Amino acid sequence: MGELTLNLIRLGVIVLLWAFVFSVVGVLRGDLYGTRVLSRNAGPTRSRESRSDRRTRKNVPTHVVVTEGSLRGTSVPLHEGGLLVGRNPECTLVLTDDYASGRHLRIYPGADAWYVDDLGSTNGTIVNGQKIDEGARLDPGAQIRIGQTVLELRR
Amino acid sequence: MSAGTANPSPSTVTSLRVRSGRTVELALTVFALLIVGLAYVNVELAVREQLPPDLWWHLGILGAAALGLHLVLRWRARYADPLLLPVATLLNGLGLVMIHRIDLGGGTGSVATRQLLWTGLAVAAAAGTLLLVRDHRVLKRWTYLAMALGFVLLLLPMLPVIGREVNGSRLWISVGGLSLQPGELAKIALTVFFAGYLVSTRDALSLVGRRILGLQLPRARDLGPILVAWMLSVMVLVLQRDLGSSLLFFGLFVAMLYVATERTSWIVIGLTLFVGGAILAWQLFDHVQRRVTLWLDPFAPDQSDQVAKGLMGLAHGGIFGTGLGEGFPYITYFSNSDYVVASFGEELGMVGLFAMLMLYALLVERGLRTAIGAREGFGKLLAAGLSFTLALQVFVIVGGITRVIPLTGLTTPFLSAGGSSLLANWIIVALLLRISDHARRPVSERRAEQQRSAKDEATTRTREVR
Repeated sequence: MGELTLNLIRLGVIVLLWAFVFSVVGVLRGDLYGTRVLSRNAGPTRSRESRSDRRTRKNVPTHVVVTEGSLRGTSVPLHEGGLLVGRNPECTLVLTDDYASGRHLRIYPGADAWYVDDLGSTNGTIVNGQKIDEGARLDPGAQIRIGQTVLELRR
Repeated sequence: MSAGTANPSPSTVTSLRVRSGRTVELALTVFALLIVGLAYVNVELAVREQLPPDLWWHLGILGAAALGLHLVLRWRARYADPLLLPVATLLNGLGLVMIHRIDLGGGTGSVATRQLLWTGLAVAAAAGTLLLVRDHRVLKRWTYLAMALGFVLLLLPMLPVIGREVNGSRLWISVGGLSLQPGELAKIALTVFFAGYLVSTRDALSLVGRRILGLQLPRARDLGPILVAWMLSVMVLVLQRDLGSSLLFFGLFVAMLYVATERTSWIVIGLTLFVGGAILAWQLFDHVQRRVTLWLDPFAPDQSDQVAKGLMGLAHGGIFGTGLGEGFPYITYFSNSDYVVASFGEELGMVGLFAMLMLYALLVERGLRTAIGAREGFGKLLAAGLSFTLALQVFVIVGGITRVIPLTGLTTPFLSAGGSSLLANWIIVALLLRISDHARRPVSERRAEQQRSAKDEATTRTREVR
């Protein structure tokens, strides 16, 4: 048996040991997500849309996701009727941000994209670094900043 | 829809569909057997320059044991954690390979064959545990019985006829030519006792009592029984001169108290007691003093050179090791039991040894994850205690070999030659599997199970009435 074969087997043992460790860790990843939070409204809305015109809506966002602030991780489905964001309990997305107004902004669908209106909030709304007032267009991935909260449209 | 009437979108929280993971377990177990086979081939090629003649036979026994346990899990514990069995199989198999390698090098006879038989026996014991203990909560009824059993097991080696003294420690019993180390099994019994006792008294232990210097001190009467239990076990162990086990029991005791009560004061009290006890033992006992000097200065003359030889072995291995069968691990004493980690360090190198430590870490992680997932206090404490003993044992022996702490003789779980250790560790794995099956079982099946058991109970009751 040659020296080379022996060396290959020797390294093979170590490589396989680590491969085993990593495959175990790979299985472990499933543990990180114990529960799943589902929006009760999300199901029918999505299916209705997919039934009507799936092709044209492929690139259109369906959710507003809070990416920064105390509500980080919250996700709300977008409705044809638009949705209201603010601190009032009547809003679709109720913020706990001290810098948000009661009725802060409205997100609604236009002909080709989603648009956002600032509803005369005290501290204003910033989309992609620019303060907006009404009818600002939201491109996919646009960031809406309200005080310390950042919203983003996602598919 | 006007924005004003939009309802806040309600959401539901559901738990993910639990995969039983049995297929993953099977695949990983086969993978583990493959690694063991390759390591075995490697040893034989390096030492005897031929393929092992009985490769299939030897690998077959290990494989049959592991796959047999897998089938028992499919049958009786479908939702048990899928990672415990493969990791334990791999560690056990690598231990067998290393013991065989030491047999070839050091001429220690056929320790490996005996170890293989013990492996079969231990896995059978694990399967038996899984079949007998259908619900781990049954063990809670036997809390005080477990304590008594633990002490009997600890005291057995002190008995005149069956007790035996080996290397200055009275730890073994021999019955009909078979020698056993009952302290290993006492570990499990005492963990069951601690879990059962603490789950019913933890409120008293954590809430009642005086606050001194920001530490919540418990009342003496709450503390009494467990302190007595601890002192007895430590006394027994000091009399038997087994420092490693006494350290293990003490660590287990403190850790389980901490898990049960969430009071940092227990750690402080425990560490204080430990430091006091260690200083006392150092002043009183000759053999403790020798261990400490050996730790501080392993290369000094006129003392055991075991630590020094182990360190040189590790240094010889370096980063990638000499390769299985190509080093000289058998020069060190007990290179197949206490010093098996140094043997692996020499032949697989730092990279290989770290992979094995990772395996231990993963095993302990699965145990602690089971504790988190368990829904009732007893299972939580038992799983936490069992996985903590495993972790502490690995720390004490690897720490001793690498001179982090003074060397105390303890077996390395699954790797060391020795039947009782193997038996105890496979039973620990079986108990963890049982608890994790309970913790991971989906709600729907759990309800069905409860109804079935309630019906059983009802029928037995009516039978009793008749």
